[in-house]
Amino acid sequence: MSVIPDAPDPFDRDRGGPAQPLLSVSGLYKHFPVRKAGGKKQVVRAVDGVDFDVLKGETLGIVGESGCGKSTTAKLLMGLIERDSGSLLYDGQAVGERVMPWRSYRRQVQMVFQDSYASLNPRMTVEQSIAFGPKVNGVPGREAVERARALLARVGLEPKRFAGRYPHEISGGQRQRVNIARSLALEPRLVLLDEAVSALDKSVEAQVLNLLLDLKAEFGLTYIFISHDLNVVRFISDRVMVMYLGRVSEIGPSDTVLDAPAHPYTEALLASMPSLDPDNRTQAALLQGDPPNPIDPPSGCRFHPRCTLAEPICGEKEPPLDTVGPLHRVSCLARQPGSGHSAAPARALAA
Amino acid sequence: MSPPEPAVTLGNLRVAFGKVQVVDGVDLTVERGQAMALIGESGSGKSVTLRAILRLFHEGRSRIEGTILAAGRDVQALSKRQLADFRGGDVSMIFQEPLLAFDPVYTVGQQITEAIRRHEKISKEDARKRALALFERVRIPSPERRLDNYPHEMSGGMRQRAMIALALACHPQVLLADEPTTALDATVQIQVLLLLRELQRDLGLSIIIVTHDLGAAVEVADRIAVMYAGKIVETGTAHQVVLDPHHPYTIGLLRSRAEGALAKGSRLQTIPGSPPDLANRPPGCPFAPRCFLVEERCRQEMPPVGEISPGHKVACWRTDEASAAYRAGPTPVRAAEPVPA
Repeated sequence: MSVIPDAPDPFDRDRGGPAQPLLSVSGLYKHFPVRKAGGKKQVVRAVDGVDFDVLKGETLGIVGESGCGKSTTAKLLMGLIERDSGSLLYDGQAVGERVMPWRSYRRQVQMVFQDSYASLNPRMTVEQSIAFGPKVNGVPGREAVERARALLARVGLEPKRFAGRYPHEISGGQRQRVNIARSLALEPRLVLLDEAVSALDKSVEAQVLNLLLDLKAEFGLTYIFISHDLNVVRFISDRVMVMYLGRVSEIGPSDTVLDAPAHPYTEALLASMPSLDPDNRTQAALLQGDPPNPIDPPSGCRFHPRCTLAEPICGEKEPPLDTVGPLHRVSCLARQPGSGHSAAPARALAA
Repeated sequence: MSPPEPAVTLGNLRVAFGKVQVVDGVDLTVERGQAMALIGESGSGKSVTLRAILRLFHEGRSRIEGTILAAGRDVQALSKRQLADFRGGDVSMIFQEPLLAFDPVYTVGQQITEAIRRHEKISKEDARKRALALFERVRIPSPERRLDNYPHEMSGGMRQRAMIALALACHPQVLLADEPTTALDATVQIQVLLLLRELQRDLGLSIIIVTHDLGAAVEVADRIAVMYAGKIVETGTAHQVVLDPHHPYTIGLLRSRAEGALAKGSRLQTIPGSPPDLANRPPGCPFAPRCFLVEERCRQEMPPVGEISPGHKVACWRTDEASAAYRAGPTPVRAAEPVPA
């Protein structure tokens, strides 16, 4: 039962059954206008045609370097910034239309940000911050506070000690626990975690990751987990999506993507992870240079200037995101039959 | 020539800000040509230790005790004037955020030539030639053009390379690096780490790198020192510390890494609790309240530093038990903390 009393909310329960994706994103675009010296108008192609589904009960990890559009994607999913085009289907219902206005969608989908301090109001105690959302949605004050205390206890912060504190009075790990508690206050089904553990120390990070796993099991949550740390993503995710310059380069089950990557970019990302073996240190970097500027992305495949498999065709033809295995899709010409790339596998007979 | 003395020697270094003893008795030796990594969590005193080598603190607000010998100089005894020559000339430093370390209103080239001309009598043209050579050395593409860039016109990885070029401009013997790759992307981080390793090898530099990332430390360092609450709890070669840890805190750090998780769905091993409040330091071992091997003695008395094997030093009463526990493999993690209703 929902704690939210006002109008009956048809979306607090499952509608479409387990097979229907909880969130289905298609053709998502967001370009930010910038003015370069000389007054020339240009756009940053932050998110440039992204499609993916988030299945019910899974954790979808999103990885990529800075500028790849992973945080912009998260903000678009939350409606914090307006999308240029594309559609969001939440449990089969288009978001932002009459049946599912943003207001009721945002009750179902909550977000936790990287900067635990900036995301809390410095003039509210943590208890007030957690109770704020439910109050706005019509929960009586005392009930909302009681619930906030229960949530604080659930995330491992003793309400007696912590409820009345202000954000600056608690440590970073504790603040992030408060943010997680707040995100759960409206009983959402989907939680977006945007680099939620990246600013924490390793030992605290492990505590928070464990907490996230427990909460997911207890409340039946679905997570979108954005991080640049592949080890963390591998640990927590069921499926992984790799982004590069505003597009999806690979998406699939995390074991497949991270153990047998099909896209050369995923391979390079994995090779860049520092090894923990002093006898077997990394000898050469697989990638040179920085990720290119999303203002003027390369033609064709966006990764081709840094790619080891690049051929002339990669600069001309933009690779589609095609299936290469069960649930595994890759946008690389070298992996797609009939693409014209010399390394492409032979076309399957049935195709 | 006399026998080579160490590049950096810290003897019972103590740094306090007001009543807060941030660094509490650090002994550290870095041999010439060696790369040492200081690792620890935020608040462990690793950055303060590093900055103390250059005396980068406001003198009225900090108290530095103990001996600091770096590049053959007694840093504590240097006058203001000598200190200015020492910084950059004998020992130099790179920072986590190069965008904040550079002056935004001068080009990177101007800043490097200015640094060279501050330390040596040299013409502008020659200084610029040297800057260009440095840019080539740290492998910045189209270096001639990049010298005339302002810091904001460069990408993060390139700025950090430029920062390294600036640090090396006056041929220092020791390079201090404070979280040099934390702000960089994964694919760029490894490039910078490899560059540091290459410079150490080719120029015979001694490097001290401060990082919270064990992986980055292993990539660069010959030796690793683990800090906790202002003390060094374990030092040894990268091999000794990472593969044969003897301090419960080091073991906790290694175990809590996500790649250490055995299977999907398993829980991570964690170090319970959080670091101590340095203003109210408990007596005894600072790690005792979080330690899985704690006994009464630990709460009373700080353990002395013992040598496990040549070069491998640990400050713990129960090193044998800790090592045995590590070798026995991950213990089953306790069930989730009890959930208050």
